[in-house]
Amino acid sequence: MSEIRFSGYGGQGIIRCGLITGKAVSLFDNKFGTMTQSFGPEARGSACSSQLVISDERVLYPYITRPEILVSMSQDAYEKYEPDLRGDGTLIYDTDLVKPKPVRDEIKYFGVPSTRFAEEMGNRIFGNLVMLGFFTAITKLVSPEAMKKALPGLVPKRFLELNIRAFDKGYDYGIELLAKEKEKPPAMIKPDEKPPVSKPKKRAPRKAKS
Amino acid sequence: MRKVKADPKGVLTGAHYLDGDFAIAEGGLAAGCRFFAGYPITPSTETAERFSERIPFVGGIFIQMEDEIASITALIGASWGGQKVMTVTSGPGFSLMQENIGLAVMMETPLVIANVQRGGPSTGLPTLTGQSDMMQAKFGSHGDYEIIALSPDSPQECFDLTIKAFNLAETFRVPVFVMTDECVGHMHEKVIIPPADEIEIIERKWYQGPKDKYLPYKPDKDLVPFMVKAGDGYRFHTTGLTHDERGYPVLNAEVQDWCVHHLVDKIRKNAHKIIELQEDQIDNAEVVVVSYGITSRVAIRAVQLARKAGIKVGTMRMITVWPFPEKRIKELAGKIKAFVVPEINLGQIGREVERCAFGQAPVIGVTHCGGWVHDPEDILKAIKEAVR
Amino acid sequence: MSREELAEEKNPMEDFLRMDRIPHIWCPGCGIGTVVTSFADALKKSELDLDKVAVVSGIGCTGRVAGYVKFDSFHTTHGRAIPFATGLKLANPELKVVVFSGDGDIVGIGGNHLIHAARRNMDIVVICVNNFNYAMTGGQVAATSPMGANLSTAPYGNFEYPFNLPYLVETCGATYVARWTSLHIRRVTKSIQEALAKRGFSFIEVITPCVTLYARRNRLGDGLNLLKYYYDQSEIQHGADTRTVGIDYQGKLIVGKFVDKEKPTFLDGMNTHLQKVLGEKYVPYGVKP
Repeated sequence: MSEIRFSGYGGQGIIRCGLITGKAVSLFDNKFGTMTQSFGPEARGSACSSQLVISDERVLYPYITRPEILVSMSQDAYEKYEPDLRGDGTLIYDTDLVKPKPVRDEIKYFGVPSTRFAEEMGNRIFGNLVMLGFFTAITKLVSPEAMKKALPGLVPKRFLELNIRAFDKGYDYGIELLAKEKEKPPAMIKPDEKPPVSKPKKRAPRKAKS
Repeated sequence: MRKVKADPKGVLTGAHYLDGDFAIAEGGLAAGCRFFAGYPITPSTETAERFSERIPFVGGIFIQMEDEIASITALIGASWGGQKVMTVTSGPGFSLMQENIGLAVMMETPLVIANVQRGGPSTGLPTLTGQSDMMQAKFGSHGDYEIIALSPDSPQECFDLTIKAFNLAETFRVPVFVMTDECVGHMHEKVIIPPADEIEIIERKWYQGPKDKYLPYKPDKDLVPFMVKAGDGYRFHTTGLTHDERGYPVLNAEVQDWCVHHLVDKIRKNAHKIIELQEDQIDNAEVVVVSYGITSRVAIRAVQLARKAGIKVGTMRMITVWPFPEKRIKELAGKIKAFVVPEINLGQIGREVERCAFGQAPVIGVTHCGGWVHDPEDILKAIKEAVR
Repeated sequence: MSREELAEEKNPMEDFLRMDRIPHIWCPGCGIGTVVTSFADALKKSELDLDKVAVVSGIGCTGRVAGYVKFDSFHTTHGRAIPFATGLKLANPELKVVVFSGDGDIVGIGGNHLIHAARRNMDIVVICVNNFNYAMTGGQVAATSPMGANLSTAPYGNFEYPFNLPYLVETCGATYVARWTSLHIRRVTKSIQEALAKRGFSFIEVITPCVTLYARRNRLGDGLNLLKYYYDQSEIQHGADTRTVGIDYQGKLIVGKFVDKEKPTFLDGMNTHLQKVLGEKYVPYGVKP
């Protein structure tokens, strides 16, 4: 079972990320994917997230508790959700929008300039698809075929091709990155950039889990 | 009772990734609902949005009314106009509907209301979950009456149970509630919508006899009267007042006794046909976890852990919460050490279990006020306490 | 026996009233009964298929109308006749749906539904019998009580501004608006006839004495006198600017047909709009093939 949180700011297509991935695993990868999202009165701009539990068996507890994967597309969202990330988890982030700090030793860091890539392709709104492609390559929790099959109905018809291209861009970048890593140990963050490690924020004993 | 296949026009056959709210709308369309009157309220609004998006291609009415009072009343009117009807709401809207839920009960009008529950009282927690309208569903309107309430634990069940709700509403001429909650309503999962010819629909109990002999409130053998619709020449009358078989108001104790008993009996005496429970490993159980909706799903994890620890624990998942499975609880109470009842309120259904257990087995509630679903550990703790 | 003689054998109201429910509960001198007679007369003249006529009432003295008329008839909850009628009409668009209820019901507790049904141009006829008070419950102050009138919950006189109903419903979008007193029998009949023939939201206000409560409390005389008084105080002004037709205590009553215009109904609007936007994929609703 895997717990994943996609996060960013409202308007980046963060909920869509959860929907696409959830649909992909549930309908095309023969797994169970339960997607929930944080609802607040704010519609745009503030930190937002969608959560996904992927499992080979029926998901009983629908919410994530200690996600092992955090996808961050904004600094705000990163700071808000990073303390929940499991100690041995993986952070996947937009290198232009998120500066990871503090760096936790056991966490694996994978960055992609997803928004920049999307801008280069013509529109930053495809940033989430670049990120999903990258996420798919890095985590291998879902097949790229399933992800592409999940797109119709969740992205506008006339932009389907562009979304697929954005996905491929991120996916290829991820595969390349992994190949490079095989050659040398991961050093995504330079040691001198490493700020002092602080303890994760204390949580209220009974947190609202959404 | 006439069973037919679903009208394929409304059935979106296939595998979908839907949230519970959307699945309720699809369930309604599959069941043949062609009239939806509603008012936006979090966390139920998505059902109305989905219905309004889909109905133009199916043929029917979506109307956003001026409030929930208007919504439920329009449903009653539309049901008498011959349509299958539904609405969706949450706590505050459900409160506003209560008076006319009573009217629907009194006029014996088939209709379906989905309540995507949130934390209350008052505005409470619009975007966070709760199960605190369970008693209101049963007792919210004034007077003595019975209704039917179902409680889905997933988007798939939102679809399935909405169809079931329509079938029950039509069979018993009664309002049926789909009592889901924000968690299930907003949770996306795979929903399989079968082909139309695999969906069984129960048609309204239409009257077939001679026009001048029609009595809108004369109970049939199964206690449920036959129905007609406006415009077919029956020139019938119906009222929210205490009435006789003709539907004419008669305001005295004798007719009141007949009228109210009839409303109550048609559900109570048919309870065995209505109640659906899912039981697991209940035969040798020392403890039985009784739960419904999202809580019943979360509780499974606690039950698995308890069984690993060697505790004989059974589960009773109530798909039908009202009418309440009194007999079954009574039966179990004599055989087990305790009931554990987790629910997202301060013990509404737990109290009902306690009543039926009649002092033969203690009831340990695992309760909280809403805003989150249970931590399975809390339920596990209660199970352990129960066998101690 | 000639046809005429045969007809004599039958009570002229038999096709319209549930004779097994007569006598009715209304007080002698009350105007509701005459409005019901006008309604029956209008239906007779309209040649509508009476099986397709449905009457919906709320609660109150006038709310009892649904119980006496021999059509598909619905006696609903207080204030909710209009949304009920909305559902009924939309579910079965062949029906001619008439809401028959009082001022307290339609504009007091049900005011929100009234303005929205008018706004939507819902294709229903609303006959609002206005007796200036809540009569069924004992003569309490209403949203229509004239200033200065004495009511059981305004025992020192009413100091609130009342609604001007024709103005209210016209501004909300009603396509037919008329006002009469219950002694304008032929005029009421004609207005109901016109409203029945119309597609759209029609509103007919009928001023009626409440003999037992409003009249007695304000010492306005007995039923017949008050009926006559309202009639004499009326001034027919067809097409009057509805802003000017507010009612003062025992003052002049401007009556007449104020509004009669054409506008697409809710269903017309829905079908036209969705057809235009969605094209052939749209499945029209309530349209005879």
